[in-house]
Amino acid sequence: MMPALDAGIFHYATRVMELNAKELACERGGRIVFRNVALSLKPGQLMQLTGPNGSGKSSLLRLIAGLNEAQAGVIALEGGDAELTIGQQAHYIAHQEAVKTALTVHENLAFWRDFMGGGDVEEALAAFDLTRLSSYPAGLLSAGQKRRLALARLLLAPRVLWLLDEPTVGLDTASLARLAKVMAAQLDRGGMIIAATHVPLGREPDLRLDLGVAA
Amino acid sequence: MKLLLALIRRDLALSLRQGGGAGTALGFFLAVVVLLPIGIGPDQALLARIAPGALWISLLLSVLLSADRIFQQDYEDGSLDIMTMGPVPFELVALAKAAAHWLSTSLPLAIAAPLLGFLVNLEPQAILPLAASMVLGSAALSLLAAVGAAVTVGLRRGGLLVSILVLPLYVPVMIFGLSASQPGAAPGLTTASLLILAAITLVSLVVSPLASAAALRSYLK
Repeated sequence: MMPALDAGIFHYATRVMELNAKELACERGGRIVFRNVALSLKPGQLMQLTGPNGSGKSSLLRLIAGLNEAQAGVIALEGGDAELTIGQQAHYIAHQEAVKTALTVHENLAFWRDFMGGGDVEEALAAFDLTRLSSYPAGLLSAGQKRRLALARLLLAPRVLWLLDEPTVGLDTASLARLAKVMAAQLDRGGMIIAATHVPLGREPDLRLDLGVAA
Repeated sequence: MKLLLALIRRDLALSLRQGGGAGTALGFFLAVVVLLPIGIGPDQALLARIAPGALWISLLLSVLLSADRIFQQDYEDGSLDIMTMGPVPFELVALAKAAAHWLSTSLPLAIAAPLLGFLVNLEPQAILPLAASMVLGSAALSLLAAVGAAVTVGLRRGGLLVSILVLPLYVPVMIFGLSASQPGAAPGLTTASLLILAAITLVSLVVSPLASAAALRSYLK
């Protein structure tokens, strides 16, 4: 079991970790989306993933999460828990928000907390300014609020790797700042973030990967 | 374990709030059972003879009515993606979702069906064996429905396809369910049929999570 999320005390880097990928190739429906992609990410590093539409940003994130199969190449989280897949040590925020409209905001998060075996729903709600909406049905939320609810899932359980697919879509300025703060905390804890976005994330990424060039 | 209970609880809450679960299936079941005597005519002896079969067929159809929704919504809103990244094997997630379907749809139907038997002149001594066989068999029905639902999860309007895929698998359940609940059956036949029904349910319990999880994984890729 991982320790409860408690910024300041908790730190991931009990071991030296590194996410490595080599010679990755991805094929979707018979079309080679990208090939020969390599990346290396160390604790505390933020990687920004860019590239034109259809260059495979989402595919690469799904590949790392274990949701797609690589056509070639290897991905490894060195120093991670050998008994868990990379996906089980990562948070994945996609375009689809995995929000149930018939449940309240609080119930949505409470389910994911139980599912992830994680921590504090109130804290996660507060971090994205959703406390006021906590008893509302998620179906009444605006697009940006739904996005914040999806992002709040990041804080339910400490996972070393965050895979964010266009995390800023629909967010207002205040929410962007909150996201930046949450991401900074994750990096300070020794976490790693890969974000596919063309929007500034509130801090300079440590690494950039342009799939348009790599392909 | 706590995690799977949370998943079952969530699915039950969803099926209660969104409708389309137990309510719709029960309504459909009631409609079939009410229409049947009207269609067949007022021959009470004939009705009593076909009552168990009529109730079983209504049960199968009602269970199938909501079968395609077992995984569909979670697939469409991305929840299934996240569930593959949970701390438990995906097979257990598939099992929990089938269990939620059983608790929300098949089990209430299996309990209500023998009680609604009076509408088709079900003999009183057949009520108990019918209830026993339906409760046992309904678990197999939900587990098999989950496989069909997983195989068709990415298809729009996959409901009909689920029925076509799953109905053949339902045949053994119905045969032994019926032979357990036949009025005036030979002594020992009821017990033997119930045991075979239990065996079918246990096999489904093992095969269904493996098959559903494999089908869902290939869809997510």
